[in-house]
Amino acid sequence: MSDNTKNIEEKKDKFLAEENKKRIVTGPDGVQFEVDPLQDYFCDKRPVAKDPKNKVIENFLNWARAESLWVLGFGTGCGNIEIPPLLTPRFDAFRYGIQMRPTPRQSSVLIISGYLAVKTLKRAIRSYEQMQNPKYVLALGSCTINGGMYYDSYNTINRLDYYLPVDVYVAGCMPRPEALLSGFNKLKERIKAGRAEGANDYANKFDWYKANQKKIIKDWNMPDYNW
Amino acid sequence: MKEIIQDIKKRFNCTDEIEQSKTQTYITVKKELAIALITHLRDIEGFTHLVLLTAVDWIENNQFQLTYMLNNPTKKIDIGVRVFINRETATMDSAHHLWEQMATYQRELKEMFGIDFPGSPRLNEPFILEGWDNIPPYRRDFDTLKYAQETFFPREGRETNDPAEFMKKKMYPDEEK
Repeated sequence: MSDNTKNIEEKKDKFLAEENKKRIVTGPDGVQFEVDPLQDYFCDKRPVAKDPKNKVIENFLNWARAESLWVLGFGTGCGNIEIPPLLTPRFDAFRYGIQMRPTPRQSSVLIISGYLAVKTLKRAIRSYEQMQNPKYVLALGSCTINGGMYYDSYNTINRLDYYLPVDVYVAGCMPRPEALLSGFNKLKERIKAGRAEGANDYANKFDWYKANQKKIIKDWNMPDYNW
Repeated sequence: MKEIIQDIKKRFNCTDEIEQSKTQTYITVKKELAIALITHLRDIEGFTHLVLLTAVDWIENNQFQLTYMLNNPTKKIDIGVRVFINRETATMDSAHHLWEQMATYQRELKEMFGIDFPGSPRLNEPFILEGWDNIPPYRRDFDTLKYAQETFFPREGRETNDPAEFMKKKMYPDEEK
């Protein structure tokens, strides 16, 4: 049994990125100490749902959030090909206050553009958890709804809402940039109405989401909540 | 092209020659002579470009078919070398010393078909599937639909409002489908 667990640990260690492994670091005062990045650099505290305190202020904040959607530049499937025309002059999403951001920390919208392989889902979950509240998920294409043409694939998920809280689905295979813009407008309406509570849902049903995620990601080698 | 085929047929006991087109021919060779034939083709006949290495699962014959697709860039001809290996043992000699990219193909085949290539670098690292714990998914005895339904929480279908079905249920409730 101990051999078995040791093997699993070794295997986990093998998959771990070099910068996430345990190591000895010498501080500026010459004192050596051990750093375990998975424990020290990540926060594995559970997320907490936050209730709005003042309704008037919250309405104002929601209006402000809706008018400035910063999208994480993270393409997951074939649908990501629709994003460049959306941002370039023909469809020009910038006039709706939509723009791309390079890192999860700066962005508020995660677009899951098309099918998600299990390997990609792991990265998508990490990106989603690193985004700051409030955050929204826009699911693109029929693959995120019921698997689409990959419904019987061994490696792509069937429905996204079991793993991440989805605010707006845009159906189609693939949806055109117009459909995507309409999805963004729907998302704006939801935010302004105070119904886009994905981050709070995620915090409230955290155990359920984690159980679903861990059921399919079999080599889970990161903290449960890594923001 | 024909001279090359005649020559290697004599030297390597190749069988089942299939001329797909003027510039593309497939031949079958024994497992033991395969790497020697590929080396001969690469170094002497000028097939310097590896197009692909792929596998087919012939579950009825208990065999895997490996196809090494080689291209001669000066003569602009292709040759496909087919090798049949036993499905139970599923082991083939590695050819990563001939082309570096062969190691990637072999890594993929190891993951997707479970075909072993002893000595090939980084063979056991996960390629696309991380933490896969089932039989390799491209083997034909792997039921992908069943696996997906058991694993990925399939969404139940819509309620049907097909008028024919509705009237049938209403008027002939006892009738079997």
